[in-house]
Amino acid sequence: MSEVIELRGLWREFGERVALDRVDVFLAAEESLVVLGPNGAGKTTLLRILATLLRPSGGEARVLGCSLPNEAWKLRGKIGYLGHEPLLYRDLSGRENLRFQARLHGVEREAAEVRIEELLRALGMERRADERVAELSAGMRQRLSICRCVLHQPALLLLDEPDSNLDVEGRELARELIGPGPGRTRVVVTHDPERHLPEADQTLRLGIGERAVVS
Amino acid sequence: MTPSRTAFSAILAKDLRSELRTLQSLPAMALFSVTTFVIFRFGLDRTSLSGSLAAGVLWATLLFAAVLGINRLFVAEREEGGFDAIRLAPIDRSVLFAAKVAALLIYLAALELVAVPIFAVFFLDGGGGLGPLVAVLLLTDLGLAATGTLISSMAVNSRARDLLVPLVLLPLVVPLMIAATGATEPLLALGGPSYHRFGTWLMVLGLYDLIFSLVGYAVFDFLLED
Repeated sequence: MSEVIELRGLWREFGERVALDRVDVFLAAEESLVVLGPNGAGKTTLLRILATLLRPSGGEARVLGCSLPNEAWKLRGKIGYLGHEPLLYRDLSGRENLRFQARLHGVEREAAEVRIEELLRALGMERRADERVAELSAGMRQRLSICRCVLHQPALLLLDEPDSNLDVEGRELARELIGPGPGRTRVVVTHDPERHLPEADQTLRLGIGERAVVS
Repeated sequence: MTPSRTAFSAILAKDLRSELRTLQSLPAMALFSVTTFVIFRFGLDRTSLSGSLAAGVLWATLLFAAVLGINRLFVAEREEGGFDAIRLAPIDRSVLFAAKVAALLIYLAALELVAVPIFAVFFLDGGGGLGPLVAVLLLTDLGLAATGTLISSMAVNSRARDLLVPLVLLPLVVPLMIAATGATEPLLALGGPSYHRFGTWLMVLGLYDLIFSLVGYAVFDFLLED
């Protein structure tokens, strides 16, 4: 099976602080990697490097066959990134935000409308989609953010605390879109190992000042 | 890659929709300019201005009003994760620069639609020079939009952005303002407009626009890097 993610000795520092220390990961297509570790261990840093939002300080990184950071431009549009911030404009409605994202990702207008309705329905957001994001609860924003993350049908999902702010129903609905499944390769950062470890093909444990351990 | 035209229109439409909904920049810019004209009117104790003084009052007011809009140009991108969303999309990042320049141009044009007639009512004896003034306004706005977008994108990551934008922007637009007032001065001359060196000043404005548009386009991609 081809590797979707290949990391060899990847590290990143901010000034003199090493945020990510020599990570080796090999993740095949349709596998899930669950990343665990205490606050400040570099989980989000790792995800942002994989998403091309941050340059590594050293080591080798290949994602979907593209070498980072030199071929990052080839990778954009193939990644679904769900971070701490919902990446939604507060003064636009949920539907307007999704239309904006669809246009940035080059999804045709008609196809985008169909896809947006499908996603909103899947996450139980169709009735709240015309409200301004600023007026929605954190859980509702997270649902919209999940719609944004998968809108363009990415080849790789990078999920940072995907369950945060979601209620039980929201978690179950979200699982249908970003949970493990055919065609989905995922990296999931979590503080909830009980929920996510059963669906992990590999686990990466990051520690502060310690070398990462893959199991 | 998403076609640049599609991404450009998406970002521009998003910005205009947000501004129309929240009115965060334009009313403040317009109110600032009107208030400044009132202050000049009573401060100078003059009911009519002409030549270099009229040009100076007009451009100083428009410039400082523009700074208010420039300060807020990238705030939504910074505070609501728009930079990340755009960086994740398969688009040429320079499109963001072009869309922001276009948005700022529209804000400046809207500001001038309000401010210039009020300036004329407050200070001018006749409106003869206002027709050709449109060309000066357009060329100056383009230079201001290109430079302002560049500086705003650099300052937005700083907590002191409200201070940084004027501190960095104002020295950079000194040549633009010299050319703008130079072109405006004969248009607002006592006794009616004249066109002495008008073409030369327009060429200087055009050259400034070209240089800063190209610089912005060339370096903007690097400014978005971590």
